[in-house]
Amino acid sequence: MNKKMPILTGRNITVRFGEGCPYCMTHTELEKGRCPFCHTIWAVRDVSFNLYPGEILGIVGESGSGKSTLLKTLYFDVPATAGDVRLTLYHEGKDNILHCSTQNQRYLRNHLMGMVYQNPMLGLRMDLSSGANIAEKLIAAGNRNAGQMMKRCQGLLQHVEIPVERMKDAPKVFSGGMQQRVQISKAIANNPPILFLDEVTTGLDLSVQAKVLDLIRTIQQELGIAMMIVSHDLAVIRMMSDRTMVMLGGRVVEEGLTDQILEDPLHEYTQTLVSSLL
Amino acid sequence: MNQRVGEVQSTDYNFAFLDEGSKREIRRSVLKAVAIPGYQVPFGSRELPIGRGWGTGGIQLTMSLIGPKDVLKVIDQGNDDSVNAVSIKKLICATTGVETTTDTAEADIIQSRHRIPEEPLREDQVLVLQVPNPEPLRGVSPHEEVTRQLHGDAEYTGIWVNLFEQLLKKGTPFRGAAHPVMANHRYIMSPSPIPRYDNPKRNQAKCLYLLGAGREKKIYAVPPYTDVESLAFEDYPFRREDMSGRKCRICGAENVYFDEIYDAEKGEHYYQCSDTGYCQKRRRQQEEQGEEKHE
Repeated sequence: MNKKMPILTGRNITVRFGEGCPYCMTHTELEKGRCPFCHTIWAVRDVSFNLYPGEILGIVGESGSGKSTLLKTLYFDVPATAGDVRLTLYHEGKDNILHCSTQNQRYLRNHLMGMVYQNPMLGLRMDLSSGANIAEKLIAAGNRNAGQMMKRCQGLLQHVEIPVERMKDAPKVFSGGMQQRVQISKAIANNPPILFLDEVTTGLDLSVQAKVLDLIRTIQQELGIAMMIVSHDLAVIRMMSDRTMVMLGGRVVEEGLTDQILEDPLHEYTQTLVSSLL
Repeated sequence: MNQRVGEVQSTDYNFAFLDEGSKREIRRSVLKAVAIPGYQVPFGSRELPIGRGWGTGGIQLTMSLIGPKDVLKVIDQGNDDSVNAVSIKKLICATTGVETTTDTAEADIIQSRHRIPEEPLREDQVLVLQVPNPEPLRGVSPHEEVTRQLHGDAEYTGIWVNLFEQLLKKGTPFRGAAHPVMANHRYIMSPSPIPRYDNPKRNQAKCLYLLGAGREKKIYAVPPYTDVESLAFEDYPFRREDMSGRKCRICGAENVYFDEIYDAEKGEHYYQCSDTGYCQKRRRQQEEQGEEKHE
């Protein structure tokens, strides 16, 4: 694959909750992405990006800026109002994946994407064993060989440093860090080329945070997965991502190399963000 | 050994209790169900003098199909004489006056619960099964809207995950009853709570299988000569319950589905055919030939 070709491209992705009115249709600079007249919420507005193979793209922004909604839209959890998303591995990027059928969207989710949610309750079925949770991804991709899947689950759990004998335990009895690691192993079970990480370390204590981030780093280096990492924590972004987008009120206000954005922020909001960190 | 159950023949009711419009609606649903094997067709489940959950789905199917010259057999867990079977027979006979039988081969319509008869059914026979929970995906999602969408998309990951979970925890992916089957390579359906032993009888069967759930208001069907495959992982091929080495203590049958009877005083286990009609028929034939009882 050509290194310079983006694996995933998004153009003018918009997610709107509400009908919109003449005012908010024409005014893009809305405070908190909310129209003062018709109260339509513009969760994501005209977001465009390129994700290249093997790179980590960070998305920062305050809470409510639309970071998670963007990821969930790309993972088909939230329907997009408008926009164009192309995946090089799907019909050679000729089709807008936001418009493909639910079956095809399921196929893309199961074969080409992985998602780690902020809340493990969203990504895992808490009443099932962790083994079955990981196997779900393999089964969804068409695997019907139980022995093979069992081995793969064991391998994955070892990879994320969860003792294999805990495979039969349900994630609900696990600690927060372990739940996150089960989610990660589930997300990478099919070796997807793209992984979405939504605030993976939020709510974990610092040492566990470091462990989880370390794990993601290792996985990224070993498997060369392209990742999109959403975080409001600049430290995480600084450590993990190659390039960074800064979101505010549903729009991307700044984009560039992570070092550049953190050292020389241009937009007013980014400047506040960076200065508040220091 | 035909017998007439139920003495009352009330003229206050329409033939077969339901009014003609209701029967027609049910038959229309049956047609759709037959056309799409394994697909659950919603129907307007009628009030009956039997409570929902007591076989009303099966009764409505039988009522809408039965004609005055048909011969009826009703079984409950393989048994012709259990309360449920007898009550259903009484209701149907009282409103239609049809003959009943315990012999599978003689019956035109067989209504059953939890078993498929041992004797293979013919092309001119219909097996009506009563189903408590028609939705095999109910364990995946409690929402009807979601399960219908999953059926529509043929997205059956959830049910396979549940089987995998069972394998992980209990060491076997097979359920004791109602092990899900794939009908005509398209819809996963609940075979009704029959033992796994009966699942293969469904595959390429000569007779028409109709399944009715009165409480859940669903009808589904397996037409004759349809592929019906029990779900199984590649490395865990489907297995029936092991009935080898067992023998019926009444008729001496082998390789059928047995009930186990435990004598607490003697501390012994006995086996006898779960299908009582089959057992009695065999025993009668043996008596005619002068054979002794097999105890």
